[in-house]
Amino acid sequence: MKNMKKILALSLVGCMCAGALVGCKKDSGSSSGSSGTASTASKADDKKADDGGETVELKGDASKGSVYWLNFKPESDEVLQEVAKMYTDKTKIPVKVVTASSGTYEQTLSSEMDKSDAPTMFVIGTPAGVKQWGDYALDLKNTKIAKELKTDAYNLTNADGKLCSIGYCYEAYGLIMNVDLVEQAGYKAEDIKDFDSLKTVVEGIHSKASELGFDAFTSCDMDDSSSWRFTGHMANLDYYYEEQKAGTKWTECPASITGDYLPNYKKLFDLCINNSISDPKELATGGHDASNQFKTKKAAFTVQGSWEYAGYAEAGLKNMKMIPYYCGVEGEDKAGLNCGTENCWAINSKTSEDNQAATMDFMYWCVTDPDASKKLVDTFGVMPYKNAAASSNGFLKNADEYTNAGNYVMDWATNYQPNVNDYRAALVSALNAYCADQSDANWDGVKKAFVDGWATQYAIANS
Amino acid sequence: MTNDDLNKKTAEPEVKKDAGSSTVSSADISKQFVKSTAAPPPLTKKRRLFNTGSTYTLRKPLRKWFWLFLLPVTAAFVIGFVWPFIQGIYLSFCKFRLTSDATFVGFDNYARIFGDQAFMRSFWYTAVFAVVSLVIINVLAFAVALALTQSIRGSNIFRTVFFMPNLIGGIVLGYLWSMIFDGILSHFGTSILQDSTWGFWGLIIVVSWQQIGYMMIIYIAGLNAIPEDMLEAAKIDGANYFQTLFKVTIPNVMPSITICMFLSLTNGFKLFDQNIALTGGQPITVENGIAIKETELLALNIYNTFYNNQSEFARGMAQSKAVLFFILVAVIGLVQLGITRKKEVQQ
Repeated sequence: MKNMKKILALSLVGCMCAGALVGCKKDSGSSSGSSGTASTASKADDKKADDGGETVELKGDASKGSVYWLNFKPESDEVLQEVAKMYTDKTKIPVKVVTASSGTYEQTLSSEMDKSDAPTMFVIGTPAGVKQWGDYALDLKNTKIAKELKTDAYNLTNADGKLCSIGYCYEAYGLIMNVDLVEQAGYKAEDIKDFDSLKTVVEGIHSKASELGFDAFTSCDMDDSSSWRFTGHMANLDYYYEEQKAGTKWTECPASITGDYLPNYKKLFDLCINNSISDPKELATGGHDASNQFKTKKAAFTVQGSWEYAGYAEAGLKNMKMIPYYCGVEGEDKAGLNCGTENCWAINSKTSEDNQAATMDFMYWCVTDPDASKKLVDTFGVMPYKNAAASSNGFLKNADEYTNAGNYVMDWATNYQPNVNDYRAALVSALNAYCADQSDANWDGVKKAFVDGWATQYAIANS
Repeated sequence: MTNDDLNKKTAEPEVKKDAGSSTVSSADISKQFVKSTAAPPPLTKKRRLFNTGSTYTLRKPLRKWFWLFLLPVTAAFVIGFVWPFIQGIYLSFCKFRLTSDATFVGFDNYARIFGDQAFMRSFWYTAVFAVVSLVIINVLAFAVALALTQSIRGSNIFRTVFFMPNLIGGIVLGYLWSMIFDGILSHFGTSILQDSTWGFWGLIIVVSWQQIGYMMIIYIAGLNAIPEDMLEAAKIDGANYFQTLFKVTIPNVMPSITICMFLSLTNGFKLFDQNIALTGGQPITVENGIAIKETELLALNIYNTFYNNQSEFARGMAQSKAVLFFILVAVIGLVQLGITRKKEVQQ
């Protein structure tokens, strides 16, 4: 009887873990199989955040330390300031949150880390980031925050197996659809199951745009505030399917890519730019504010991510759904969303032990305190921790629905882009030329920037 | 210190001269100076050392304490320039991510630069840009200055208006002009980001628009300092307008030309804000394993190497590029100063 109880308890624990892992997953430089529901159990033990060992207690005295969080998400700043104040009011431990302005995180981090009062808590979000900043990160393996994690899927480890940063939330991106508008145009949202069905709906709406009062896609601006949706996120579909074709998961940046799925990228990209509010020729300059177009129901589709949910919901949009990047790949009716994160916390290994302990306590409180984690979840989406508040993000629910239905999750292979800013800038330049004149010659330019650009930037980054 | 600050500092005396007493030339001032110091009887070396006469009583404590007065500015100069400069040179021989945590690697970084074709390209691009902007800015600034030193009604208003673009920061200017250019170019189905020719001339237009007014003020000061009697003598001798311009006016404003050329040449080489805001280096072509940012000037290339290159050597390499960049700007500036100085005439 006793044994039975033990077995029951164990299997229940197993179920819980499996439940937690059914969701999005992302490569962490060492992730396992390619299907979305794959558990992380097959990971090498040394790369586990919690290998079952004793909890590592940090040596310092938290009450003597202080916390300085260098945040990289401007949209979350307000909430983080509130959370910091809550913690200080409660514990008297000072918490400073500084947010780098959009697109300047690397610059801010470089200068702040040089100061005597350096950030104690910062973000290392990509494998390249681990190479650059891993030396300044405390090993988080078996620490109390790591013990709170539900999954290792969002953690980043360096070559020596040091757990440099742990995911504090994950996100999903894909095509966001305003279901009400699609239905208003006479289509059914459920009918969109692959590229062809998507194309029918999108082109149908675009052709009747003036009559309907809304268009199919929001503007696909190519300026810095928007181009990453195409050069970073949408480009992921090629990287992901390349991984699938090769049957491996990238664990570090490959020296070159093939661009085998670039024709699929082109299909979807063409659909977006040619069925949108803006003339493709106007996209280089930007300034159309796609987010606002979607909020004000000027378009039924937009290319975006789960972090936009709160903003859209606040603007009064109720019936929204995120669907995968349908691009004409075989078997894509089983596709899910692109899930992953760049939001990973690291603790500064060079700050005082007291500060490290204070930071660890603060992080732990963020993911365990019901009020704090509720606030954070509202801005971040989902926090993959055992005791964190549940998410209210509709798009991440969509992600789970796809996964639960057995669809595959597309990981964020885009995080491996070499010299990401320069790589994307060259891609933007080529896409600008293509948008101005959609000729084959200009698409060759895109192909060069996409495929040759990768190898070029890889060579520069690793010279 | 930004370019503009530097400009202001260098040009301030000239501007003041213009605003205050436009008729007092530097020659007049030096004459006065000579007069006042020449008043006491000539001193022998011995008398100079032990002089206790009333004229010198104030000077003595000054001589003793001069270092105290020099201290604040020297300290500021050392903290704000000398020390970072030395540290910068040291870092150019290092591999580092944080400046406080660097490993010495010798000349590795410098060796890498010469293999960086994008850097060499942006060097030549910058050189062409600097020369073209130098010519355009100075010719137009001088022309405007000439026009505004004729007694035209409201010339002060014109001077102010021409000077005003200089008060706007480079980044704002870059974005403003990108809107203007794109507003026009969109009618032709292109944008400043898509065509490197437009990018080049766009940059030239922006810096010209910004700097012509500034150089104009310096030229006006120079023109006002030309002794009236010289111009009058030329007129009496029957010189026509162009003869007067080339034989009297231009030789007399050579000091202004020297400073304006120095400023516009170094500004051309150092241009950064307008570049990053207007084109950001676009368009970019990827050919034979090299990604070329077609409108990337040197300073932007250094910045991009520092922040956008993930190589572990990138920051050291960017730093050594910056040191080379400094040497280049200093040498070119000094050579140009030397050449134009020779052409200056004594009034």
